[in-house]
Amino acid sequence: MGTFSKAMTAQNGFSVIGKPFPKPDAVSKVTGRAVYADDMLPARTLHCRILRSPHPHARILSVDTSAARRMPGVQAVITGVDLPIKFGILPVTQDERALEHEKVRYVGDPIAAVAAIDEEIAAAACDAISVEYEVLEPVMSIDEALAETKDERIQDYGGPNNIHKLVALEFGDVDAGFERADHVREDVFFFQGNTHLPMEQHSAIATFVDGRVTLWSSTQVVHYVHRALAKVLELPMNRIRVIGAAHGGGFGGKTDPFAHEIIVCKLAMLTGRPVKCTLTREEVFYAHRGRHPVLMWVRTGVTKDGHITAMHFKTALDGGAYGSYGVASTFYTGALQTVTYDIPAYRFEGCRVFTNKPPCGPKRGHGTPQPRFALELHLEKIADDIGIDSVDLKQRNFVKPMTRTVNWLRITSCGLDECTERVLTASGYRTRQKRRGRGMGFAISSYMSGAGTAIYWNDMPHSEVQIKVDRGGVTAYCGAMDIGQGSDSVLAAIVAEELGLQPRDIRLVTADTDTTPIDLGSYSSRVTFMAGNAALQAARKMRDMLVEAVAAKTGSPGDTVTVAAGRIGDLSFEEASILAEARFGTLTSAGSYTPPKIAGPYKGSGVGPSPAYSYSACVVDLDADPRTGIVKVNKVWIAHDVGRAINPLLVEGQVEGSVYMGLGEALMEEQAFRKGLHKWPSMLEYKSPTFMDMPEVETFIVETVDPEGPYGAKEAGQGPLLPVIPAVSSAVFDALGVWIDEVPVTPEKIVEALRRKEKGEAPRFGPVRFPSIPYPTCIKVEPPPRTLEVGSASAASI
Amino acid sequence: MATELGPRAMFVAGGTDLFPKLKRRQFEVEALIGLDFLSRQVRPGSHETELGAGVTLSAASGDAHLGSNFHGYAEAAGLVSSPPLRNAGTIGGNLCVDTRCNYYDMTYEWRKAIGFCLKKDGAICLVAPSSPRCWAVSSSDTGPMAMALEGLVTLVGADGERELPVAALYRDDGIDYMAKQPSEVVTALRLPAIEGNHSAYVKLRRRGSIDFPIAGAAVALQLEGDVVRRCRIVLSAVASHPLEARAADDFLTGKSLDEETVRAAAEIAAKPAKPLDNADLTHFWRKRMVRVVVEQAIALAATRTGGSRVKLLGQQTE
Repeated sequence: MGTFSKAMTAQNGFSVIGKPFPKPDAVSKVTGRAVYADDMLPARTLHCRILRSPHPHARILSVDTSAARRMPGVQAVITGVDLPIKFGILPVTQDERALEHEKVRYVGDPIAAVAAIDEEIAAAACDAISVEYEVLEPVMSIDEALAETKDERIQDYGGPNNIHKLVALEFGDVDAGFERADHVREDVFFFQGNTHLPMEQHSAIATFVDGRVTLWSSTQVVHYVHRALAKVLELPMNRIRVIGAAHGGGFGGKTDPFAHEIIVCKLAMLTGRPVKCTLTREEVFYAHRGRHPVLMWVRTGVTKDGHITAMHFKTALDGGAYGSYGVASTFYTGALQTVTYDIPAYRFEGCRVFTNKPPCGPKRGHGTPQPRFALELHLEKIADDIGIDSVDLKQRNFVKPMTRTVNWLRITSCGLDECTERVLTASGYRTRQKRRGRGMGFAISSYMSGAGTAIYWNDMPHSEVQIKVDRGGVTAYCGAMDIGQGSDSVLAAIVAEELGLQPRDIRLVTADTDTTPIDLGSYSSRVTFMAGNAALQAARKMRDMLVEAVAAKTGSPGDTVTVAAGRIGDLSFEEASILAEARFGTLTSAGSYTPPKIAGPYKGSGVGPSPAYSYSACVVDLDADPRTGIVKVNKVWIAHDVGRAINPLLVEGQVEGSVYMGLGEALMEEQAFRKGLHKWPSMLEYKSPTFMDMPEVETFIVETVDPEGPYGAKEAGQGPLLPVIPAVSSAVFDALGVWIDEVPVTPEKIVEALRRKEKGEAPRFGPVRFPSIPYPTCIKVEPPPRTLEVGSASAASI
Repeated sequence: MATELGPRAMFVAGGTDLFPKLKRRQFEVEALIGLDFLSRQVRPGSHETELGAGVTLSAASGDAHLGSNFHGYAEAAGLVSSPPLRNAGTIGGNLCVDTRCNYYDMTYEWRKAIGFCLKKDGAICLVAPSSPRCWAVSSSDTGPMAMALEGLVTLVGADGERELPVAALYRDDGIDYMAKQPSEVVTALRLPAIEGNHSAYVKLRRRGSIDFPIAGAAVALQLEGDVVRRCRIVLSAVASHPLEARAADDFLTGKSLDEETVRAAAEIAAKPAKPLDNADLTHFWRKRMVRVVVEQAIALAATRTGGSRVKLLGQQTE
């Protein structure tokens, strides 16, 4: 599908890094031998089903489980009174219960759970539980959430009305920037919510043996699940063990601790038997934590030659019923505009509201695809207004490497220019034939290589790796969870490179809170950068011990001992390890990674900083039928600055997967509701492209060798999704001359925009107004010095 | 056996639609009667071609004889669902496929939450609550095409065998959408050889890879030069049964086929189509698109006659 870039075969002085190795778990996954949580079936396992709310908003008056308890085969029934302690991923929003006994806030909110000898009995028992409700007026849109509350607020914090969070920040003198501008433009955009749609449904199985709980789960973050379990089950963390089972896809959707994970633990404690819960596909839609629907307003001033003088960006996020990562998501809708374009003065006002829908959270690109969509189209319209080619205008405003943005984000390596040139040249964008019904669109983006701050405040490392060498065998231990993105492959490659071995020689033990040191988990594109640096540090310490032992034995100075091709100096790796073990005792080493302290000096500065940013550029070529509005994507060219590709095969996989997911969001995916219910919680009715709907993708890997990444590596898992979505809408404009300022870009919207164009109305489809929101007064932040001092970014503490 | 068990049993052939519906408790039966014994043969003849009801959709779409003599039929079979499901699904099953509605094709829990509908366990139609009937949508692709080709089906039941025009197999009701007895099985489809007949099927759906139709047009056309001698247009997925566009057939017959007459005929054909808000995308858009698929199907069938070169309206020429 993709074309391998030069990096794939380059001679870069490494023996493993930069080579296309298959994933360590590839064969087991494609042959069905990997053990997913749902594959586990210990003797005496009970099956759990969860009773969920049929109402979007209601008070629970009573729950009667007596009939369910009497059913043969039912072993335990629990309700909210059994698990009353609230939890949540962020310390500031501990607003969820594993089972709710006071109030339900969306269709699908869990109320009771049954453990039975089989799933059918558990389901029938759920059906036999009778719940008495007092139905409340549901709040189903941003406008309704901002309006006066009819019955009662969804949550008892935040406000006014159903507002969850308001933020307002200003960097530099925005008003002066607008005054200085030769042209100012305002636009409104809407990005509809959508969901992750992992192939593997969430699944968890728990045991309770000798007073200890063990949970195997399909999760992205064993550590955060561990913390939530300790809190809700009221057990010390040392009596709980969380293990990541083989993973069938997360995309951000398995980054929260979930009700079913807590429930199976509780049921295992009550029954003394293993208890398993695998969510149905419908329940996965309710677990959600997907893309927030975001309404956006943006105003930008530019000089005659297209340089940005100021930008004001407002967002309103439809958060669903609970906090989840929402506070972070809200900041993210305003944080990364500045890391691609040099914006000298910037004001951001963000608002998240509660609605009676499944909670939104982080999905691939967390909070940034929405503003990226708006920003890219907005700049194209500005270019059109002032008569400058839109690509030129964007390029004139590109940020430069080794700079700091107006909102204090530190940019080290940056391959924007090279990414742009690669896709423009390969696609022939600048020389494309103009023809009605066929168009090309161009967009760029950036994303973080891991959040610079942890979810709960602490000064500890974000990732730790231990290496044990025992009679020639190398085992690396790390809390990181391979969710299919290839983090195991990255760990194995780094350890192998440093020890002169091959990736297959490295045994990995990962994502197990009993046996592996901490890693904060597979989210925010942090694992390659953070666990990678920790692995590098641990591996170099181990290498030093091996080298020292060989040097002492042979009498040669340590710096003359080479480590390569399975040999340490003149000895085999195994011989060297025996010498080292004799000399040092048990051979273990540890490495850890703590991000540099780079957050700006203001409240809210914790969201956005990252030790490095990846960059992407993309061109989409498509046909758009003016009669039907049906879009057929012909080809996508995408270039991604990954710093260095530790494994180019996996980078390509991540880029292509991002294109796939981006096209789905751009063209069809939609978390829609009707009568308070999710309109289509099924894989057939929730439209997402299938394998057969994928166009050709040509991927270019751009390597800028970041000063702090392991071997210069940055992220690849999320960034490449971002430019695809605006590039699709831009290509539709190129093809038909109408702007679709709303995602997804569906046939009916295109047909309607064309009808408006024909009637002489504005040739667009999208929101026309941004609501009045009671944002607080902006916190004014003095911008930092805009260039970085040489040497301020350096190889991380190795 | 079917007579004895009555509504407690259902027939199953490919099971591609039936099994998911059992899981969602749209169908609740005690027994399934397998139809593995049905013929999987396509038997060409000089007067007619007979297809056993057990012929899979992939076999029908790849059959050389059907492809050259009943092009639209092979085309329709090849546009049903996705490759793995076409390998299992049969032509008999697609003729009898349950009507669809996005208030009905949901899990038991979802349907219970929104309130059960008329088609299963409930008392009202959620799409049109004031209407006394069910508005679930006929979603067969091959049924409308078999009607346009004036096909006949063989039904076998406890009382013996009978033959019906395909058109008489359906009723305009989302619940009782089949006119056959529940205990009768469709065993064969016979497509008559009509000299100079050319056919085409155009299907509208969100994803070309898997989805059910949200509108479709089956057209069979006989031309003499550019003049239409005989025409049959049948619409899919815009009513509870395949919708025959007889007025458009009559309008076109005897006329010379050009862009203008095609456009006018499509307009007439689309008129009775009344999509409701119970399938993918908006019903306003689907209504507007009916015309387009009819034009495209007529144009496509016309190009297949070899004599005519009507431009494919609304489509990019490659």
